[in-house]
Parts: sequence; C-alpha cells; structure tokens
Amino acid sequence: MKIELTRQKVHNEFAKKVELISGQNLFACYQCGNCTAGCPVAFAMQVGPHEVIRYTLLGLEEEALGVNTFWLCASCLQCTSRCPKGIDIARVMDALRMVVLRKKERNDHIQIPEFPEGFLEKVPQIAFVSGFRKFLS
Amino acid sequence: MLCFLRFASYEDSMDYLYFPGCTLYTKAKNFDQTARDCSLRLGFELKELKNWTCCGATFPLATDNVMALLPPSRILATAREEGTALTTLCAICFNVIKRTNRLFQEDGEKRDKINNFLEKSYQGDLRILHYLEILKQDIGFSQLKEKVIKPLAGFKAAAYYGCMLLRPFDEMGFDDKEKPTLFEDFLEALGAQPTVFPYRIECCGSFQSVGSPDVATECAYKILGSAVKNGAEAMVSTCPMCTFNMDHKQSDIKQKHLDFKPIPVFYFTQLLGIAMGLDYRTLGFEQNAVDPLPLLKEKGLV
Repeated sequence: MKIELTRQKVHNEFAKKVELISGQNLFACYQCGNCTAGCPVAFAMQVGPHEVIRYTLLGLEEEALGVNTFWLCASCLQCTSRCPKGIDIARVMDALRMVVLRKKERNDHIQIPEFPEGFLEKVPQIAFVSGFRKFLS
Repeated sequence: MLCFLRFASYEDSMDYLYFPGCTLYTKAKNFDQTARDCSLRLGFELKELKNWTCCGATFPLATDNVMALLPPSRILATAREEGTALTTLCAICFNVIKRTNRLFQEDGEKRDKINNFLEKSYQGDLRILHYLEILKQDIGFSQLKEKVIKPLAGFKAAAYYGCMLLRPFDEMGFDDKEKPTLFEDFLEALGAQPTVFPYRIECCGSFQSVGSPDVATECAYKILGSAVKNGAEAMVSTCPMCTFNMDHKQSDIKQKHLDFKPIPVFYFTQLLGIAMGLDYRTLGFEQNAVDPLPLLKEKGLV
C-alpha cells in the first residue's frame, strides 16, 4: 500500500477523536509490536493492534475501522501492561469500537436474533452483559 | 454496658459486606454457596448487600463513558452505608468495583459528577478485597493451613489467574503482574500441589464467547493444554466467565481438537470446601460441566 504523508494526514481528525475517547497519546507509539506479540487473540486478527494504531495515526479511517482487530480485543489488558511507552492499548481498541458504535445509524457488531439455538440458556449472564456493552450500539 | 459489649464484639468480628454479582446467583451458584459455607468455617461471615445490581461486567475503557460507571458507583455508595469492607468472588466484579473505587479516590471531577447524579456522597473510602485476599491478608495462609481437615495431598491443580484479578497492575495491586504466586500459595496451604504453567495469566477469551465463540474456544484450548502439559490434573478458577470458557466449552474444544483430554475445572472455593471437610454433596459439583467426582474419588478426597 502506497501512502503519501502530509501534515494534515498525520494530524488528522480521526486520530484526534480516538485520542479523545481513549485518553491516550497515540503518537507515543513507536511500533515495537509488543502489544501484538503478547495478545492472546492476535492469531485471529487481520492486523495487529500496533498496525491499527499506525493506520489511525495516518488518518486511514476506512482501513483502521475495516479490520476485525478491535472487535476481537477481549480487554484483557495484556498489551496495556506490557507497552513500553505506557499506552493503554485496550483503551485505544475500545475507542475504535466506540467510533463505530456511536455513529448515527445503528451499527451493531453482533445480531442477537442470530444466536444459535440454546445459546442464551447456555452462556452465563456475565458474558452477555459485557459482550453487549462491547458490541452493541 | 451489655449494649457496649455487643458493639465491641461486633467491631472485632471479621465480617465482610459481600457483593455476589449476576452470575453467582444463577450459573455459578456453586461458587457463591461454597464461599459462604467456607467463610463460616473460617470464622467470618459474608454479609450480602441489602440492595445490589449487576456491576456492568466491564469497566468502561472509553474515558467519556460515565454512564457505565453508574452501576458500580451505586453499589459502592450503598455498600459504604452498611460497612467499610466489601468483598466479591467473581474476578470481573472485583475488577470493575475496585477500579471504580480507585476512580472515586483519584478523579474528583467524575466523583462529583456521579455523586450528584446518584444523590450520594461516596468518597472512595471502602476497602475492596477479593475473597482470596481475605484468606491471605486477614486470615493468613499459615492459619488457613492449620484449619485444613482434609489436605488435598497429591492433588495436582493448576491455578488459573486469568486477567481481571491482576490487570491493570497499578490499580488492582493484587500480586506481581507477570509472576503472581498468591493463588499457588493458597493451593499449597490446602495441601495441594500447584502446577505452574506459562498460560496462567493469559486471557480465556472473556466476552468473545458471545462475539467470536471460536476465538474464545481456541484461547481455552491453549490454556488448558498448557496446564495439562505441565502435569495438571485439574484447573482452579476465580471467575464464572473463565469457568464458562474453560469448563463448559470443553465439549466444543473436543470437537475441534481430537487430541484434547477434558480435565475438571473447580472454583477455588470448592477445593477450599473439600479441605475444610464440607460434605462434597454440598459443593455444587452438579453445576460443573466436566464431572470432577471421578478425579476426587481417585485421589481419595470424597
């Protein structure tokens, strides 16, 4: 992917929004990849958390929001506790989720009517409560 | 005078306000009941809060999401009206409540905003303890060891911390972030042989069992496999979410990975119950997905 760098791109509105919601300084990230290396669900991610941060910094909103990375984040805070630059990456992932979920049109990540049969009886409340908080508009 | 004495003895007794949380009233009744029974054996009582709601099951990571802070804040504020020390069993409830409490101590702006909305004046002055912390700090593992009636001798159990007890390390202050020992020390006090395995602080997939069930299954497979590889015969958990992913999803793991051998997953209070000499029929093993009774019988523990 060829990316042309400009001042506007680096100081883009999208990154500002993510910084505002997460309360984190994304520009502290120096792409070491520690977050991705320790992430327990990185194996299923299209790109690692550090790459999503890079997309965001470059203002590539579509690319950043189009991957499954932040939807798969389980907020286990392994990345947060290991980031050498002190970025709370789990908050960044949550902020990306919020950018999608807070859009004007309803934008649910999971569809409750599509749950398989017996799912609601099997899964404990705690998983639904936290899951709905993370996946529903 | 009598009244004074009674008051004094009330102050001396080690009782804790107790927040059970949503799942301990339903899918994890065995966790709740065994903890209550064990505490009586150990000389303290879990006093359930008179009025409580679900804590929200996630600490809101978006810094502007004050709404999601309201349930845990309400729980804290009403608990403070009843006492000074609050305990929970579920690792997620513990995480949400402890982090919210820290926020009340450190973020004056949010504290005032929430207090104004709830019409409370909570200042963050509750002592928040996990049940394991009560056992370690207030009772002491050496005292606990003396109270063991039936030591779990030769029982190789893997202590699984998961994420919520430990992280974020600065706020939780539970144990070392990469090399915790509290849970293993607890198992040792019960006479068991704790299995240390590399995945013990790795996430079980948590709420991904709702969002991407296959991913959560894979996480559980890795963790259980790592425990078995290091010689564990059973896994011990502190969280109904972890238990669901580790225990109840073993049938799914078995379908995907033919080499997988199921192992029982206990709540730590169930093992405590056995060690305290409680009747095994009161420990709620019927709610465990993988039947632990064959292993317990083999070890001569029931």
